[in-house]
Amino acid sequence: MASERSEGPAGDIPGAAGRSTTQRSDPAGPSATGPEAARPGDEPGPASGPAAGDTKAAARERGEPVVVVRQARASLGSRPVLRGVDLTVRRGEVVALLGANGSGKSTMVRALVGQVPLTGGELELFGTPRRRFRQWARVGYMPQRTTAASGVPATVREVVSAGRLARTKLRWPGRGDRAAVDRALELVGMADRAKDSVNALSGGQHQRVLIARALAGEPELLIMDEPMAGVDLASQQVLADALRQQVARGTTVLLVLHELGPLEPLIDRAVVLRDGCVAHDGPPPKAVGQHALPGHDHIHPHAADAAEPIRTGLLI
Amino acid sequence: MEMLDYAFMQRALLAAVLVGVTAPAVGIYLVQRRQAIMGDGIGHVALTGVALGFLTGNNPVWTAVAVASLGAVLMELIRWYGKARGDLALAMLFYGGMAGGVLLINMSDTGSNANLTSYLFGSITTVSESDVRTICVLAAFVILITLGLRRQLFAICQDEEFARVTGLPVRFLNLLLAVTAAVTVTVAMRVVGLLLVSALMVVPVAAAQQATRSFGMTMALSVTIGVLVTLSGTSYSYYEDVPPGASIVVLAIAVFAVVTALAAPLTRRRARRAALEEERCALEVATHRVSATGDARV
Repeated sequence: MASERSEGPAGDIPGAAGRSTTQRSDPAGPSATGPEAARPGDEPGPASGPAAGDTKAAARERGEPVVVVRQARASLGSRPVLRGVDLTVRRGEVVALLGANGSGKSTMVRALVGQVPLTGGELELFGTPRRRFRQWARVGYMPQRTTAASGVPATVREVVSAGRLARTKLRWPGRGDRAAVDRALELVGMADRAKDSVNALSGGQHQRVLIARALAGEPELLIMDEPMAGVDLASQQVLADALRQQVARGTTVLLVLHELGPLEPLIDRAVVLRDGCVAHDGPPPKAVGQHALPGHDHIHPHAADAAEPIRTGLLI
Repeated sequence: MEMLDYAFMQRALLAAVLVGVTAPAVGIYLVQRRQAIMGDGIGHVALTGVALGFLTGNNPVWTAVAVASLGAVLMELIRWYGKARGDLALAMLFYGGMAGGVLLINMSDTGSNANLTSYLFGSITTVSESDVRTICVLAAFVILITLGLRRQLFAICQDEEFARVTGLPVRFLNLLLAVTAAVTVTVAMRVVGLLLVSALMVVPVAAAQQATRSFGMTMALSVTIGVLVTLSGTSYSYYEDVPPGASIVVLAIAVFAVVTALAAPLTRRRARRAALEEERCALEVATHRVSATGDARV
């Protein structure tokens, strides 16, 4: 893998990969300093603890790309959803994929894990083209779900254990595998609910189970599709803490988010998609005004607007 | 217990036990994937296999295994590629299988309507010695797959997309499950009959999950219920001379009703207790949270 630390992606598409790592630490945003100019002042992410920051900064020095996306194109039916997306995630980075509904962010990660076929462009995971990539044990995936339940009752532990199959495959699980499942359960604070049916859980607890399932395989790269959807604030905090611990261990994270929320301090870089194109790649956009308040619940006063008479200018 | 003196009854009861184990063991995965009706479809298609056996002079069990497996694989492929028109394609397969079976069985010299009925609703007197041997081999295969690969099959039926990203051979496992379901149908057709096979795959699971919280326990309980109803239903058919399929399925539904009646108050009480606990919890958490954030700030 280390041999893959070539300048490949940056060489092919000038700036695409280089910009992504450097802009992250450049609060001035797109005011283009050259790719190398920002390097000396490189600071670890805003709120990652000092120890974690050091290792992460060191890891980023190595800068081995874990995810490389070049000019990815995909369509659902006849509608183009991705229209040439470039994205690079380097080892140890936490990258948030943001965007409105239908901007293609979910399609992007699903294409990465092979669930949506690309109509053009290239994908690489750990330096291997996606088509030839077989080391799925290195990837932990959390699909977008509202529930961890299915047609038959299952306990929290049974669902989380399914994530360990990334390592065990068709083999019988051993003591080490059970220990890994225990650790994943503890990390999300669900160890005491291990024997409960997933049917008895709240929305936030379902998401915690799904994260634990993704972590049970002890992945190097964690790909999460809207992990905070329908999660109450207390659970969001638990999830953020779990993620922080995982990142401190050097896990690379790519996650789709609707808004940054309690995860904001963890995010190194935000990539914003708009209509299937990258609209922003750099430091996470700062929440302003109402949006910045903790517990901001994203209720907009549309109702009040609607109450206003519509002034078309024709009749009034 | 004088019925055990008869060799045909011993064979029928042995076959019944194997059906009672295998049908719910496969059925639980179909129910988990919300494909409870798939067993029914395989049963319909298997009838064509039985008829082919009569027509060609081969053992109908083996031709049924072949045709049912083919049909199950076809259903799996329709599920992958069918998308919008998938349900119509499945319906065509189901009805085609049934109609083809009736057509072929009436064309053959050895097939008769009596024969047809015995395959459709089961029969305790027709389980021959070679049938028992075949059923034992097939049941061993089904048990090996459903128990040995239960973690993998659980994963693909729980969340197929996730299972694919773990790197499991999901397509292979899907096909294996389809073939295993087809084999189970042919194991069960002698005792329960092709039209009622699906009930024995689904009803014990539906009954068991009223009272369980885990997949493992649901599996164990549904197999227990399966064996219980196949044994008692087959015995009942010995005394009352009704097709065993009918008595077994009626019994299974009775068990479902009893378990539901018993479990409903239990779950209600459990829910009430949980709600009470949550209320108390909420108060504790409220006070706790203040001190926790206080500590964090210090």
